[in-house]
Amino acid sequence: MTRTRRRHHVLPGFGPTLGYTLFYLSLIVLIPLAALVFHTSGMTWGEFASSVTSPRVAASYRVTFGSALAAALINAVFGTLTAWVLVRYRFPGKRVVDALVDLPFALPTAVVGITLATVYSANGWMGSLLEPRGIRVAFTQAGIVIAMTVIGLPFVVRTLQPVIEDIERETEEAALCLGADRWQTIRHVLLPVMIPSILTGFALAFARAVGEYGSIIFIAGNMPMVSEITSLLIITKLEQYDYRGATAIALVMLIASFVLLLAINVLQRWSRRLAEA
Amino acid sequence: MTMTAHDVNRRGSVRDPKRDLTEPAPVRWLLTAVSLSFLGLFIVLPLAAVFSQALEKGTALYWEALREQDALDAIRLTLWTAAVSVPLNMIFGLAAAWAVTKFRFRGKNLLITLIDLPFSVSPVISGLIFVLLFGLQGWMGEWLDASGIRIIFAVPGIVLATVFVTFPFVARQLIPLMEAQGRDEEEAALVLGAGGLQTFLKVTLPNVRWALLYGVILCNARAMGEFGAVSVVSGHIRGATNTIPLHVEILYNEYNFTAAFAVASLLALLALVTLALKSFFEWKLREQLLRGNSEAHP
Repeated sequence: MTRTRRRHHVLPGFGPTLGYTLFYLSLIVLIPLAALVFHTSGMTWGEFASSVTSPRVAASYRVTFGSALAAALINAVFGTLTAWVLVRYRFPGKRVVDALVDLPFALPTAVVGITLATVYSANGWMGSLLEPRGIRVAFTQAGIVIAMTVIGLPFVVRTLQPVIEDIERETEEAALCLGADRWQTIRHVLLPVMIPSILTGFALAFARAVGEYGSIIFIAGNMPMVSEITSLLIITKLEQYDYRGATAIALVMLIASFVLLLAINVLQRWSRRLAEA
Repeated sequence: MTMTAHDVNRRGSVRDPKRDLTEPAPVRWLLTAVSLSFLGLFIVLPLAAVFSQALEKGTALYWEALREQDALDAIRLTLWTAAVSVPLNMIFGLAAAWAVTKFRFRGKNLLITLIDLPFSVSPVISGLIFVLLFGLQGWMGEWLDASGIRIIFAVPGIVLATVFVTFPFVARQLIPLMEAQGRDEEEAALVLGAGGLQTFLKVTLPNVRWALLYGVILCNARAMGEFGAVSVVSGHIRGATNTIPLHVEILYNEYNFTAAFAVASLLALLALVTLALKSFFEWKLREQLLRGNSEAHP
């Protein structure tokens, strides 16, 4: 009783639950992540720099970040459209379609990978349509972009949906009363409210695509310098027992994802401020 | 941030009768068609392809692929892994949510950020960190080797990597909801003479049950389907360290496509069940929030 009063806590269990939380968090997350950082501290700066900027590694950054950017852009455009359609329009089967948007979160990446590789192979459903027209998807960077688009698909839709639901219809009515046509209302009233969430969804999809592995390796072809993603290069180095090389690249990717996490937090704060205003 | 009854009402009334407040009908049809084609191409088509490929050579081969010893071993290991990692992360999620939402302390936001951290670590790196800790060249490698304990290329490594990648699922569902529900009900129960554990079991747990189940089902789906992280620590030993997704990869790389898709169809079914349950829990959660709101303001 005296203890709880001293801490101004009425409810019990602060000590044990916080203690367990910190213990479990350290054991599972913080100590293992620290291992990655300390493993690279054994390298000199020169060793580190040369192993994370060698031509093959640099090419893998280009492939990974370039494809992730393309996929996130596709998702930004079509995700915005999908969120709008799902909130504002009515059509049969809408609830099923809405639930299906989350499929990439639930479907294991290996399944996505082998399926896309098969569908876009020369005699697959899509490949047999595209290849006679000279469009090759399987084993090229286009395949990587498609896989990244699939796994990043839910982010823009799910970030944007609640924002569109929250838009007061009165604002649109007001714009209408002031003489704006529908297009002007969308451009000057609706889009400014939606932009921070579109960017948040874009950043989330981009971050997810940069780290993705399972859905990509089957369709990518994995040719060094051409269609090899950084995640795969880390595994290749590990398999060659080049632990230092693998760790150094992993650290670069980890820092990249933390920078993205920071950017996402800033974007989310921006959209929350906009929602409250 | 959290869902309120206000949002729910709005969700129900998506269509406004006033024509001027929406796009002209042809534009609406066009936008709907484009968006459905996008979803069809990137979601429905791959999903249909899994089942089509799995059953392409008839149901006999399909069942044979699932009854094969390596497949059964993979299924058993996946169930094992999920049975260990999901309860661990559930207990952690409940403890963390209680500590974070029922008390005020410094560094709370940092703690919430750290809990979410595994979501921003890529799968391959999630596996790599455990190789660096427990692998032969790792921090504890020599000691573990001398004591005859195997973690990497063995089941404990698979479980650890799975626990890491599914770490935030339950906590991040519970924290916003319990934050919104506040402390009043628990405090009332204590004042009425209930013990701490009793309050948690009889008041808190029923209040968060749908969010908890929601987190658990997503955690389970990821635990059973994780590929990248598990692939790094597993060593791909057939019958010993092969989970279902790894078995799919092996079959596919051996050009045994029918069997690969047969096993993959199990994971696709799991994904569909997960989505259905998820929608159900979301619906229940919304219903609960609506009811809670009408009780508070009759």
